[in-house]
Amino acid sequence: MFGQLYEITLLSLRNLPSRLGSSSVIVVGIGGVVGVLVAILAMAKGFEASMDRAIAPDRAIVLRGGSTSELSSGMGPQEMGVIAAWSEVTAASGELYVVADVPKRSNQSPANLAIRGVEQSAFDIRPEITIVEGRTFGTGKTEMIAGRGAVAEFEGIDVGSTIKLRNSEWTIVGIFEADGSVYESEVWADLATAQSEFRRGGGVSSMRVRLASPDAASGLSKRIEEDPRLDLTLTSEDEYFRNQSEGMTALIESFGYTVAVIMAIGAIFAALNTMYTAVSTRTVEIATLRALGFGNAPVVISVVIEALLLAVLGGIAGAAVAYFGFNGWTVSTLSEGFSQVAFDFTVTPELLTYGVLWAVGLGLIGGLFPAVRAARLPITTALRGE
Amino acid sequence: MSSIGLVWSNLFRKPTRTVLTLLSVLVAFVLFTWLRSVAVAFSTGGFGEAGIDRLIVSPKYSIIDPLPISHLRQIVTVPGVDAVTHADWFGGIYQEPRNFFPKFPVDPDGYFDLYSELVISPEHLEAFRTTRTGAVASAGLAERFGWSVGDRIPIEGDIYPLRDGSRLWEFDLVGIYSGQPDDSDPGVFLFQYDYFDEARQFGHGGIGWFTVRVEDPERAAEIASAIDAMFENSVNATRTATEDEASREFAKQMGDIGLMTTGILGAVFFTILLLTANTMAQGLRERIPELAVLKTFGFTDGSVGMLVLAEAVLLCLVGGVLGIGVAVVLMGLIDAALEQFIGPIGIGWPIVAQGLVLAAVLGVIVGSVPALSARRLAIVDALRER
Repeated sequence: MFGQLYEITLLSLRNLPSRLGSSSVIVVGIGGVVGVLVAILAMAKGFEASMDRAIAPDRAIVLRGGSTSELSSGMGPQEMGVIAAWSEVTAASGELYVVADVPKRSNQSPANLAIRGVEQSAFDIRPEITIVEGRTFGTGKTEMIAGRGAVAEFEGIDVGSTIKLRNSEWTIVGIFEADGSVYESEVWADLATAQSEFRRGGGVSSMRVRLASPDAASGLSKRIEEDPRLDLTLTSEDEYFRNQSEGMTALIESFGYTVAVIMAIGAIFAALNTMYTAVSTRTVEIATLRALGFGNAPVVISVVIEALLLAVLGGIAGAAVAYFGFNGWTVSTLSEGFSQVAFDFTVTPELLTYGVLWAVGLGLIGGLFPAVRAARLPITTALRGE
Repeated sequence: MSSIGLVWSNLFRKPTRTVLTLLSVLVAFVLFTWLRSVAVAFSTGGFGEAGIDRLIVSPKYSIIDPLPISHLRQIVTVPGVDAVTHADWFGGIYQEPRNFFPKFPVDPDGYFDLYSELVISPEHLEAFRTTRTGAVASAGLAERFGWSVGDRIPIEGDIYPLRDGSRLWEFDLVGIYSGQPDDSDPGVFLFQYDYFDEARQFGHGGIGWFTVRVEDPERAAEIASAIDAMFENSVNATRTATEDEASREFAKQMGDIGLMTTGILGAVFFTILLLTANTMAQGLRERIPELAVLKTFGFTDGSVGMLVLAEAVLLCLVGGVLGIGVAVVLMGLIDAALEQFIGPIGIGWPIVAQGLVLAAVLGVIVGSVPALSARRLAIVDALRER
């Protein structure tokens, strides 16, 4: 049987070039599905990654009770003092988080730029922050450093340039990287200067704390909840950033799957069409083979194999287009924190494999029905060529 | 047999092929209708049709700066301003974060006066005006959560705690309102600003934005500049734009959804083009002798060409109409998936019209090459092929 299968498959593949036009429908159709699916999932992956990269297991964020993001949170110096004094907290950084309208480079339309006022401890807690150009801001000066993503997305954020926020002018003195995380979409300034320029008194939005051990988070979270002096919540960065990416990732993924499933239905119809035609133009040939004693199974399998090969070819092409066309492409959107977050499309090897698996599934469906029809046709009818 | 009959029976000489092609075209148009609707919903920020005589006055530097409600008295005095009202972003969580919908504290009379497309019964408006903790919900929201008038709606304030530090706001649902036209649900939960301002812990006297109605929409730009000039040197400077511009700006913050959907549709229609062109070419090849016979009977070159072209256009139009129909009937699916992110999505007539034009154009492109070759066919050559 394997001998027969080999012969028939070879035969059908050899005359594939004569059916190039119709076969390309399968390749392009399934390639389109896989390309779109992989590209959209890569977008979700990229957004998730920008949040995930900000996570360190031994860090936690303190917000006002009930607040789900830094923008709606706030606390005073007394509350900060209470927490910073706890023995499980090895370092603490109070941070002011505001957003300002700054035009985007792409369309000149004003968008929310995140501004973070920090003290030196913010850099100690986040060792991943590295200045890649220029220098850091000076204490007490209206100077800022900008994340790589903020530089890419916003008009006028360049080393040496000044931007006007409210009535003060800020000079961009450096550019920083943060391991590709969401911080790269922000600009950072001296906390005290930011507090006075943005009229925030001595208050901050949130606190980052470094814990003695990653396990300390749940205990501390409970302790804060039970402390009558504090209306605050402590969340591990792991939980906090996962919450921040959850909604957007789910939205992009459900959109991607909806589109891909609908496209896949269309591609299956196209594949069926092509394979039915392929079978019907070869009716006489297939019937002859069967008259010669070739079994039904090799005929069925050979047709399926042809469909699969074309589908996989399309899948690889689609995945390649998604990879070369979109991997690393930077886009930005409004995050849960109500500021622009820039992120890169991230086409991972898993996504590529997943895309090709889809192609295999679609090819299988597209090949099976025509194959069965070819095998079922009565030999005498088929030989007559009707 | 009439020409239409001839075209129709030609289409169904190979029913499997035609039906499969038709289904692929259908799927493409389902996708077209849905993706365009989503893109339109995004480009208007999910807030539906914007009033042409309305301006939005927002804080100049950042959405997080409140504007003082006292600005209202000054804005009313600007020549050409007919009426002014205000609203704010409350945030807030109903039961769980995924139950997202906008909640605005408003002035009951002013809001329903300016948003004249909102329909509320005089009794419900009166109850809203006179009940301090009263709230009104759009019919769509009430249906989504099973609310009826008299219900008490608990909402956790993530931005605004109450004066006593608690975060549980309770509103009494005293009315239901709806939008015009009937299929557009505003999806906003409204409650009394006076109660909100008195009960909240901080931020007294602040509002999020003003809505201004102008007497003459032609003078909108001039009036907008006059309003901004008035507050130019105040710490609470403003930025005024037409409602349409304001919602577009917000939509742009979400990212370029239009570009994304266009990209996907490009991939889809390229495939469909290839597929139908292939089907038409195959159909034509099989019929060359028949066409020659038609010409022998006295059909002109032109009419034979038109016959083939008509077949392609008919196939695409039927597929297009069915596809748009299926999309409309199954719209509920997309709505259910995306409503929590961008509000209700409607399929407008412009999209249906665009779809039909696209179907016709697709048919012409697909049919023109086979039609040309049918037209050029020389009778002797064609008959020899038999």
